[in-house]
Amino acid sequence: MSSHPELAEKFTRDVARTTWHDETLWFVRQKRDRIAYTIPEFQQLRDLASQVKNHMLSRIDEYLIQFEENAKKNGVHVHWAADAEEHNRIVLSILQKHGAKRMVKSKSMLTEECHLNPFLQANGIQVVDTDLGERIVQLRNEPPSHIVLPAIHLKKEDVGETFHQHLGTPKGEKDPQALTEAARQHLREQFIAADVALTGVNFAIAETGGFVVCTNEGNADLGVNMAPVHIACMGIEKLLPKLKHLGIFTRLLARSATGQPVTTYTSHFTRPAEGREMHIVIVDNGRTQQLGRPDFRNSLKCIRCGACMNTCPIYRRSGGHSYDATVPGPIGAILSPNIDLKKYSSLPFASTLCGSCSDVCPVKIDIHNQLYKWRQVISEEGAMSKSKKWSMKAMTTLLASPTLFALGGKFGRMMLKILPHSLTHAKSINPWAKTRELPAPPAKSFREWYAENNNEEQVNGKTESVTGPSIKQIAKHE
Amino acid sequence: MKVGLFVPCYVDQFYPQVAIASLQLLRKLGVQVEFPTKQTCCGQPMANSGCEQEALPVYHHFVDTFENYDYIVCPSGSCVYHVQKHYNVIEQTSSVQHVRAKTVELVDFISTVLGVDTLPGKFPYKVGLHQSCHGQRGLRLATASEFTPKQESATRQLLLSKEGLELTELDRKDECCGFGGTFCVVEEAVSGRMGQDRIADHQKNGTQVLTGGDMSCLMHLEGIVRRQQLAMRVMHVAEILNGNEP
Ligand code: SF4
Repeated sequence: MSSHPELAEKFTRDVARTTWHDETLWFVRQKRDRIAYTIPEFQQLRDLASQVKNHMLSRIDEYLIQFEENAKKNGVHVHWAADAEEHNRIVLSILQKHGAKRMVKSKSMLTEECHLNPFLQANGIQVVDTDLGERIVQLRNEPPSHIVLPAIHLKKEDVGETFHQHLGTPKGEKDPQALTEAARQHLREQFIAADVALTGVNFAIAETGGFVVCTNEGNADLGVNMAPVHIACMGIEKLLPKLKHLGIFTRLLARSATGQPVTTYTSHFTRPAEGREMHIVIVDNGRTQQLGRPDFRNSLKCIRCGACMNTCPIYRRSGGHSYDATVPGPIGAILSPNIDLKKYSSLPFASTLCGSCSDVCPVKIDIHNQLYKWRQVISEEGAMSKSKKWSMKAMTTLLASPTLFALGGKFGRMMLKILPHSLTHAKSINPWAKTRELPAPPAKSFREWYAENNNEEQVNGKTESVTGPSIKQIAKHE
Repeated sequence: MKVGLFVPCYVDQFYPQVAIASLQLLRKLGVQVEFPTKQTCCGQPMANSGCEQEALPVYHHFVDTFENYDYIVCPSGSCVYHVQKHYNVIEQTSSVQHVRAKTVELVDFISTVLGVDTLPGKFPYKVGLHQSCHGQRGLRLATASEFTPKQESATRQLLLSKEGLELTELDRKDECCGFGGTFCVVEEAVSGRMGQDRIADHQKNGTQVLTGGDMSCLMHLEGIVRRQQLAMRVMHVAEILNGNEP
């Protein structure tokens, strides 16, 4: 099992691809900015969205029951799943009841989280992801690397190669239009043949028992309208109390995700059509546990827009797969430790705590604060390496004592001066030195200088400047 | 008004000129300021590494050192952020509350407490300002691009009051430099790459002197500038405002 730093290091080795990945996602972030700036009330919308979700989470039990009642009144079958396993079994049993062999599926991070596809395939069901990006990664047998842009780690050449292998497109084809057309023809056959269509849920409305699915490709609608059975899977936190709240979220979702005013398809589902069946599977899978952690419950407000990934300078340079989790990026780094603290203990440290994720988040999740808090939990619950813990303790001893601190500093500066550059900057022992020089040690620390010079003339006089060439030297070169 | 100068541990040891400039600048502005010599560190390095509990003795030492000052001024937004936001985990005695409320970032102190918005002197160079994230988004010392395309901060204003100073327009106005405390070592690959990208943006847009309010970010960026042997000077904003030559 590799940790984030190892996987990230591997990703960054391909410098050109890292640049391309970074720039592509930054482009999406800029689109988001432009459209957010054009809406004067954008920050109020974020406030409202955050308050609605807070309120919902504080009474989630009541709203879930209300939702169930209303959905049942609409003729929908409602199922409850405590965990991933139960969710998968429920979906399989619905398929089996109908003797279904083929299922089309539109984007749903929840089913990814539950590893539904391999489970169904092992039970003889053919599952086809119909979102273009998801289909691409499915053909490659990879997990999505981003929750909104699942194949963002791939270039069009990679897609061309994948389609050549699996869909028989000409070798070397990389024209996006030709590739999309090939995918469309291929998916059309899948839609026609499907016995069951599965979708995710973006928002479920307690008041009406209905739910909303947002896509840009219309693939959810195609699947649902052609297949006789529709299964919708949702995490408990997808609820909104009332229909009137929905507009706040649909305005925020697409803008934050891709910089669009609204998703191309925002489809409302309330009841099954004549002669058809509709099922909703409501899943917990660790969510109530997170709800019970006051420091982290806020993370359940997430509407999965992906904006925190697009803005995250670490995500952009390490790729989604480096998180090795269903939801990658900043939000994934606070959701994953809830599921498995040990396995994901490197994720809360994969951040500089720059705070951009919190500022971009449409529902105002304090992501970077939660990352900070997870770090404390990881340390307290013993999921941190002994050597790291020990070095932090030693550092505290040094830093809680002025004498030790002054001595230690003097020693450090002296070592930097007398040891050869090749040793202080050895890449094998000093990770800092791989890309950077250490600071050039000054003759005296500030406290030494202060002890000698704390009188008016000195304090107001001129001082030496930092190391490196001076501007005058630079000017001479030019 | 009695002001205690808080000099972050690594500034004390590696960048004394930044602390000297901060001291001189404050004295020029008529502030009665001293450096309490028993100070060490605010505890941020340990806490950001997850060892908040281990850092508590350092927190108490910090409060003991500074409780009798009206303001504690520090040339580093990130240390100020740590004292203000993360000292909530120790008992909130009146001393702790006082220290948390009165620990202020240097430029913020000059502009908000002293009410100074221009400084005399020339600095005829193209200056690239790195607004550190903890100062910008943590303490809200500058506008953030997530909210508005307008770039505003007291640091920009004070810098621009220097005769001849021109600020660099960056392609990415306020992205993180990748320092991030122990992040720079633990995630060395991503950190190095982030720093290289920031420097490339400054290079492309003509920065001669790279500056900022957090020496930690600048230490990382300066390390890259020196490794790549670039014709760019790195100075803390206190040095420029104090009138130091590049
Ligand atoms: S945490 Fe916020 S920004 Fe990130 S995906 Fe969720 S809603 Fe979007």
